[in-house]
Amino acid sequence: MLDFPRWKQAFYWALAALAMVSALPSLFAFSNLRWPSMLPRPEVNLGLDLAGGSHILLEANPDQVKRQRLEAMDENVRQKLKSDAPDVAIGDVSTLNGAVSFMVQNPAQIDKAREAVLPLTRGVGLSGQRDWDIAVLDGNRVVLTPTQAGVDADVSRAMDTATEVVRKRIDALGTREPTIIRQGAQRIVVQVPGLKDPAALKSLLGQTAKLEFKLVDSTASPSDIAQGIVPPGSEIVPCQDVRSCGGVPSIAVRRLGGIKGDQLTDARQSNNSQNNEPIVNITFNSEGGGKFARLTTENVGKPFAIILDNKVISAPRINEPILGGSAQISGSFTTESANALAISLRSGALPVDLKVVEERTVGPDLGADSIKKGGIAMLVGTVALMTFILITYGRFGLYAIAALIVNVLMILGIMAVANTTLTLPGIAGFVLTIGAAVDANVLINERIREERHRGRRVFQAVEMGYKEASRAIFDANITNVIAAALMFFFGSGPVKGFAVVLVIGICTSVFTAVTMTRMWVANWLRRARPADLVL
Amino acid sequence: MKLLKLVPDHTNIHFLRWRLPFYIVSMVLMVASIALVATKGLNMGVDFVGGQMIRVTFTQSPAAPVADLRGEVASLGYGEPIIQQFGKPNEVSIRMKLPEGSDHDAGLADAMAKRITGDIKARHGDARIDGVDSVSGKVSKELGWTAFQALGLAALAVAAYIWLRFEWQFGVGALFSLVHDVTLTLGLFALTGLEFDLNIVAALLTLIGYSLNDTIVVYDRIRENLKKFRKMPMPELLDLSVNETLARTIVTSLSMLITLVALLLLGPDVIFGFTAAITFGIFVGTYSSIYMAAPILIWLKVNPKSFVPTESDMDRQERLARERG
Repeated sequence: MLDFPRWKQAFYWALAALAMVSALPSLFAFSNLRWPSMLPRPEVNLGLDLAGGSHILLEANPDQVKRQRLEAMDENVRQKLKSDAPDVAIGDVSTLNGAVSFMVQNPAQIDKAREAVLPLTRGVGLSGQRDWDIAVLDGNRVVLTPTQAGVDADVSRAMDTATEVVRKRIDALGTREPTIIRQGAQRIVVQVPGLKDPAALKSLLGQTAKLEFKLVDSTASPSDIAQGIVPPGSEIVPCQDVRSCGGVPSIAVRRLGGIKGDQLTDARQSNNSQNNEPIVNITFNSEGGGKFARLTTENVGKPFAIILDNKVISAPRINEPILGGSAQISGSFTTESANALAISLRSGALPVDLKVVEERTVGPDLGADSIKKGGIAMLVGTVALMTFILITYGRFGLYAIAALIVNVLMILGIMAVANTTLTLPGIAGFVLTIGAAVDANVLINERIREERHRGRRVFQAVEMGYKEASRAIFDANITNVIAAALMFFFGSGPVKGFAVVLVIGICTSVFTAVTMTRMWVANWLRRARPADLVL
Repeated sequence: MKLLKLVPDHTNIHFLRWRLPFYIVSMVLMVASIALVATKGLNMGVDFVGGQMIRVTFTQSPAAPVADLRGEVASLGYGEPIIQQFGKPNEVSIRMKLPEGSDHDAGLADAMAKRITGDIKARHGDARIDGVDSVSGKVSKELGWTAFQALGLAALAVAAYIWLRFEWQFGVGALFSLVHDVTLTLGLFALTGLEFDLNIVAALLTLIGYSLNDTIVVYDRIRENLKKFRKMPMPELLDLSVNETLARTIVTSLSMLITLVALLLLGPDVIFGFTAAITFGIFVGTYSSIYMAAPILIWLKVNPKSFVPTESDMDRQERLARERG
């Protein structure tokens, strides 16, 4: 047990040294010193709760995807039948009960109608299932029911797009190292460290940015709109505020014949040259520009509504055809909201609305305060502990303290190399690990004391102490690893950081508190050959 | 050099003589804790009930205008806020639960946080928002469920491990003593009204690990002594084992407490509850490994025959030495 050949000693030292050297860049960073840039620099990342920043969990509502899918299918069915089977007369197209269905006037044509809409469905995945089931009801009604696989595939596709859009928007803010990850079927996790204005980030993520231009239906009277009555082919859209539509809470617009704002090449915030109000300048691509020119040419003198996320933000009159492919959007913006809209439009609309279902934001001042106080507590606690151990165990305490220092540096080094994150609970984990690492030495030293009292000679007592204590140390550490592992798998960000420190700390503390101290004690015993131990 | 000896050599305290009164005291405390949690309830943080919590520092004021804030936030119509000072007098946390029956509204917690921060910034020029936590109803339920799972699994996993390494009675004893520790800690949280959030669950998990640490050391010694002294009556053997490990128990617990108290007094205010839970847990855990985990072995009828006497080299040497000497 107390045999340490030279190669073994060299190996242990090399291992410890390697880990400790890896801790250096982090130590330099913590004490605001510059680490030479030509050297490799593995560094411990600071968690959002220490560095400041935002953790935001976004959630999409799959019902919205289902509804959009249904509406699109409704539209597609009508068009497909019109173009591919113009002789089939249909009626009573409905989207009730989450399925698209239509009646075929002449039951003899039911198969033809069915054939015509079949290409609108596709196979999903490997199971051969299709994204819509087509069935014939009562011999005269074709029903298209969305399958779960189809809905899932669409939600997944929408979330992929949404993740990309979110990434583009955050990149536009110019923050460093944002993390954007899809989580589960309908969630996106966004983590942005060191953010000055988290509110701006959230307003950017919360905006779907679906922009539409639609003609205002001037034939509808305000009193009818108030009662919810609109002429056929029109719909009521609420206004963002009363100023947006000139004093009414909502207006009627034509459902068809408008254009969507997704065919843009650019969007920039600027100011109106007349009243200096913030506006957004948008530039269409050639196709969008052509459509926009046609719309404005055909409707000079009429008002049209600029609709953002199903709310009218302004309804100006078309004074002249707009042919240049660019337009201005005004709508009682502040500079910030105009800028946010410009970024959102540039990055494209979100295919689904995203809601912030969880937010954890820590300001940079609170984070800095936590680091400072955590550091002080750790220093004071460690020094007090070392003093206590020294007066309790003397020379053996000294070995324990040396092991403790090596241990702390090793944890830091391994964390840096493994690219893990230090969080605020992680600092507590450090403090706790220091306390617990000492436990191994306490167990060993108390056992050596006992063995001496039983009259064993020095060498044998030390050997027995290490051997007998190792069993309990091993068992105790395994249970701690079990608890820490569960914390890692079930915990959220900061708690995960705590678990990481615990697990690494448990491993390194067995190495330093048991193996390293045994080596040191063995070397001393061989050199000094003491007849008695002061313990 | 004279070394510090907190526990004199050859200490022999008859701990187990008092096992029944202490069991009764512990049972009463456990029942009281459960009753407190059931009636007074835990002061659940937004993690588990949903809602928002913001931390605000009034940088130019000596103290935060708590009374004004209460009125202002209440006037926003979400209900009464819980406003607590933490750290310096000009730092407060403002907590607001989700209104009853609004769990389905995914965006409400976020909207509340936005409104409240906006309102405070508009009214108080020196208000600096230091932190925002908002959790929707659905997410809070998920967090609660995962926390519950983690605690339950951790308790069962460590008990199973002890059962594997020792005997089933030891597993039961360990499980019982850690249920005891966790229950009393929950009781403390119900009593003091300290906020119960995700960090506290992490503290409870840590506690499960470290309270077992003590139990294992005592159990390990009991096992060793059971093999060694196969004729000794159980109470005597348990007393011997507890006394033999007493010095280690005291020194280790003190080591942990030294570092934890430093963290409690000097550390960041944000993790005060977390540190408090672990500190209290170390106390209770030390006590329970002596008075809960050990005596339960008597009632579960552990005896030297529970172990197949596997004789290691060291054991044989000792036996031979005894036989010779």
